[in-house]
Amino acid sequence: MGLILSAAAVQAAQRFPPPQFETDYQMPTLTTPPPRAAVWELVDVGVLAAALGLAAWLIFRKRSRHGIAALSIFSLLYFGFWRKGCICSVGSLGNVVLSLFDSSYVLPLTAAAFFLLPILFALFFGRVFCGAVCPLGAIQDWVVFRPLAVPAWLETTFRLGAWLYLAAAVLFAAVGAGLLICRYDPFIAFFRLGFNTPLWLLGLLFLGLGVFIARPYCRFVCPYGLLLRQAGRLSFWHVRITPDECIQCRLCEDACPFGAIQPPTAPWPESMRPAERRRLVFLSGLLLVLMGLGGWLGYRVHAGLAAGHPTVELARQVRLRQAGLMTEPTDTVRAFEVSGRTLQSLWNQEAAVFQRFAWGGIAAGIFVGFVAGVKLIQMSIHFKRTDYEADRAGCLACGRCFAFCPRQRIWEAGKQTGSGEKQ
Amino acid sequence: MNPPPSELLSRRRFLKDGLWTVSLAAAGAAVAALASRSRAKEWVWQIDPYKCIGCGRCATHCVLSESAVKCVHAFEMCGYCDLCTGYFSPDPKALQTGAEHQLCPTGAIRRRFIEEPYFEFTIDESRCIGCGKCVVGCAAFGNGSLFLQIRHDRCLNCNECAIGRVCPSEAIVRVPASSPYLLKVRNP
Repeated sequence: MGLILSAAAVQAAQRFPPPQFETDYQMPTLTTPPPRAAVWELVDVGVLAAALGLAAWLIFRKRSRHGIAALSIFSLLYFGFWRKGCICSVGSLGNVVLSLFDSSYVLPLTAAAFFLLPILFALFFGRVFCGAVCPLGAIQDWVVFRPLAVPAWLETTFRLGAWLYLAAAVLFAAVGAGLLICRYDPFIAFFRLGFNTPLWLLGLLFLGLGVFIARPYCRFVCPYGLLLRQAGRLSFWHVRITPDECIQCRLCEDACPFGAIQPPTAPWPESMRPAERRRLVFLSGLLLVLMGLGGWLGYRVHAGLAAGHPTVELARQVRLRQAGLMTEPTDTVRAFEVSGRTLQSLWNQEAAVFQRFAWGGIAAGIFVGFVAGVKLIQMSIHFKRTDYEADRAGCLACGRCFAFCPRQRIWEAGKQTGSGEKQ
Repeated sequence: MNPPPSELLSRRRFLKDGLWTVSLAAAGAAVAALASRSRAKEWVWQIDPYKCIGCGRCATHCVLSESAVKCVHAFEMCGYCDLCTGYFSPDPKALQTGAEHQLCPTGAIRRRFIEEPYFEFTIDESRCIGCGKCVVGCAAFGNGSLFLQIRHDRCLNCNECAIGRVCPSEAIVRVPASSPYLLKVRNP
């Protein structure tokens, strides 16, 4: 027991001189197996780019749900089970933020590519990444058995949770408190086939929920999906339900398990314009109020959030120890005591962390307030639609709606006879 | 904004725009490479042995069910002691290789007689669970030649190391993949 107690420091002095061997003893050398060769990282990026290209081709050119489904299985197997879910585009958000705020961390090319490629593709083709390439999406896509319709207002409200999660993940990565998205990746335990009870439960929860609420992580949690939503809005081409023209047959109305099909809008009476304009002015004012409120709330909770930072936790434990409330030092306190760091340096570091959390909390709060305000404005603006259209932000490019469109059947039949004629 | 369907489905149009996209993606990748100040490198996780206190969490918190952390032995630091405090449990009844005398819970350390009075100690990695008991024992009364390292033939290189999150001494750090070990040396 005495040995264990006195062994607080494992950095012992070298007590014994090197032996002088008289026999021809050869001292073994310490082996250092290298990490995975860098070329494999490039292979991953290549597979990602190829999968994104294939997804765009399948959804726009082939209009094939079967193709998309097959590609999503491949992505699940490759990025999920083979690469064990790391690195992924969703998590790379954390790396990008970290590299912006921590000068000692240079963003690896792989992380940069995984972050940028899906966004670039979304700028052109919409969210083809979500539909067929993301392993987190793919695993949920296979449990969509009884999707229930979620009212649009509820969907938008719940999505505010994802914006909050995005703000928190960026804040934590920026202040160096860890990568939340990776830490709470609900499917990582499946991908690694390792046993971590809380994560297994989280994964099962999302999959169980996903039976009724299609792809709950993608719609209400995924922070990277929010970026792709915005890119999808701007995208050059959009997934179209019909291959040529919409005949307003209403057959696709309930086709989308994600509620991303928007029906044609009713004509808007001209007489309501002044009232609408007044409401818009009011909501613009409210936007500013919400931003202010968000900033204030962010400042109010920053101390609580900072408790998640390891330095703050260490300082808390050291303070307990100083006050005599901790009789047996924890490993954390023990590590601090043997590290030779002074108390003053710890207090200074703690203060610096609080400072960063204060500013970060204000910024994150303003951001979430801004998002909430813009959402209100968005909901009160009337967009004109004459056809059934896929929502540019919400469409996950899975291709499920194609089979519901009678024009698709005609198009497919025409394609077959067309190729037959060529032969 | 939306091209008419006939145009959307024309192969030439698709190819042309596809090529355009590819070139834009290449440009984007170039921008990303430049943005990372053209010294982009891959990172891997490693234990700084001079910060490690041998708390034992490496054995239990790795996402792998058999931890990627193993004990390694810097032979040039080793005193080749007969009474190795990294090998024997405190106050061993006899200096013998019986399990009851050993500190290692899995018997992963091999003790071999070299010449009077020296014994060589090697780690059988297939048995080591990375608990660090021997690391603490060796450092307490020996030269501290046993220490823990993340073995990169096992490590999955998670974006956030699960052990690093719970490491009490924040000893798990990112190191460049080109020099992926932080080894102890005599007279650092």
